[in-house]
Amino acid sequence: MNAVSKRWPRRRTYGSRLARNAAIAGYLFISPWLIGFLCLTLGPMIASLYFSLTKYGMLDMPRWVGLGNYSELLEDAEFWQSLKVTSIYTFSSVPLHLMFGFMVALMLNQNAIRSLSLFRTVYYLPAVVSGVAVAVLWAWIFQPKAGILNGVLALVGIKGPMWLLDPTWALPAMIVMSLWGVGGGMVIYLAGLQGIPTVYYEAASIDGANAWQRFWAVTVPMMTSVLFFNLIMGIVGSFQVFTQAYVMTRGGPMDATLFYILYLYVTAFRRFRMGYASAMAWILFVVILAVTSLVIKSSSAWVYYAGETIKA
Amino acid sequence: MVLHLIVIAGAAVVLVPFFWMLSSSLKREIDVFRIPPQFIPSPVVWVNYPEALSSHPWGLFLANTLIIVCTTMFGALLSNSLVAFGFARVRFPLRGLWFLVVLATMMLPRQVTLIPLYMLFRNLGWLDTFKPLIVPSYFASAFYIFLLRQFMMTIPIEMDDAARIDGCNVFSIYWRIVLPLCKPALGTVAIFSFMGAWNDFFGPLIYLNDPDKRTLALGLKSLAGWVVSSGPPRWAVVMAMSFLVMLPCLILFFFTQRYFIQGVVITGVKG
Repeated sequence: MNAVSKRWPRRRTYGSRLARNAAIAGYLFISPWLIGFLCLTLGPMIASLYFSLTKYGMLDMPRWVGLGNYSELLEDAEFWQSLKVTSIYTFSSVPLHLMFGFMVALMLNQNAIRSLSLFRTVYYLPAVVSGVAVAVLWAWIFQPKAGILNGVLALVGIKGPMWLLDPTWALPAMIVMSLWGVGGGMVIYLAGLQGIPTVYYEAASIDGANAWQRFWAVTVPMMTSVLFFNLIMGIVGSFQVFTQAYVMTRGGPMDATLFYILYLYVTAFRRFRMGYASAMAWILFVVILAVTSLVIKSSSAWVYYAGETIKA
Repeated sequence: MVLHLIVIAGAAVVLVPFFWMLSSSLKREIDVFRIPPQFIPSPVVWVNYPEALSSHPWGLFLANTLIIVCTTMFGALLSNSLVAFGFARVRFPLRGLWFLVVLATMMLPRQVTLIPLYMLFRNLGWLDTFKPLIVPSYFASAFYIFLLRQFMMTIPIEMDDAARIDGCNVFSIYWRIVLPLCKPALGTVAIFSFMGAWNDFFGPLIYLNDPDKRTLALGLKSLAGWVVSSGPPRWAVVMAMSFLVMLPCLILFFFTQRYFIQGVVITGVKG
């Protein structure tokens, strides 16, 4: 055997074995989420799509009806009403929420405000409570005769409407109620505002910008990514309103507050039409997907990411 | 300054509902419907509270709620920290893709998977138990994964390296190094999962039937009855109970404000 021509046996490098162990470890670590995703999210979503193409009561097996549920939905007045109610709610409350939260954050961010953390706590408080207790409280606030809202309005000479009992005012009432929680967004904007490097403002001042110009040239662009995130989450959240509608109005009066999820719940768990409700669920998914895609697409036009080097 | 006044006025408006709730809970039933409404009750009566408490087996509801809340919290802390660590610290193939999927699921409404999940739990025989409310929390959720991962990425990697040199395997790095350093973020996860479970109404509404398995949310709803239809509820009593149900969340908030705000900020600003 010629020693020179002896070939080294091919060895795996240390790096490769490390990489393999890391791969196994990595998947083990994320396995709770991965299993959950497959079994509790993706699987059910596919099942939901299948159910939407069937007639499925509670006791019997699903019966294939193809697109029957969807064509029935197109003719369903309650469906369109619920879509309308939810859309009005979303397109009113989300921008208002954003605006008020941002405004309050701006005001609190001025150096002239003392005891900032006290105010921040106060404004955030409503975001800490939720669910049935809040719904019941606000139902009482909106009580036409003895509730405090009409009581306060009466002090300034306005005769308040019947609020939750009035088809015209029920939905605006829910929107007003949702604005109570602007503090939730406000703390995010406040943190974002406090994260804007002061050098930008100094540079702008040196260039002769007044406060108004500084606001539009520095503050707003730096805040767009935060606003963007909250816009998306706000839209997604507002489509899922249920407890308030269920507890306060049951969708009334005259379906004025028939939120989409409430109608879905009634369809599935009161009328036991699982297939029909699944079709509704998928339509909701598509609508949210469409709206968020639109917002994301538009984001390249107005959202500015200030020097983020590490992205997800 | 004008700004100061606006901010103070706004703060007052925000606090009014809380005071109204308290004030109503301390009124006699006849005073509740006085027009114009009294802001400060006179006389102040405390009877609504014992009356609220004796209207339903609240001890049972509290126990049910606590069982769900505590097991959910534990599941959330365990599963989310494991998954976040995997995404933050371990290099595995397709990591970036899976994380994008995680982010995408943050935008998925719960109700899209509602019906098949209900059917799944029905086939498993889990209906009318606490299991459908508890088990999913052991499979991590996007919001907490995101929060913990962002936080973990701020922990210097030198700590991991030092531990590895000392012979730690990757799980020990998770358990002994990174996890203890994550206490603030874990605190936030604990708080938010507590509040989510405490206030959850939809889940118990769908999965629980037995009156003895009701949670506080269901009990409160039962006390309030159907607010607008079948006759007005006993508002003073309902307000008293609402206050009691809100109280733990408020107390928790006052003691842990930093973690609340911090958690909201981490996801909101870096999102």
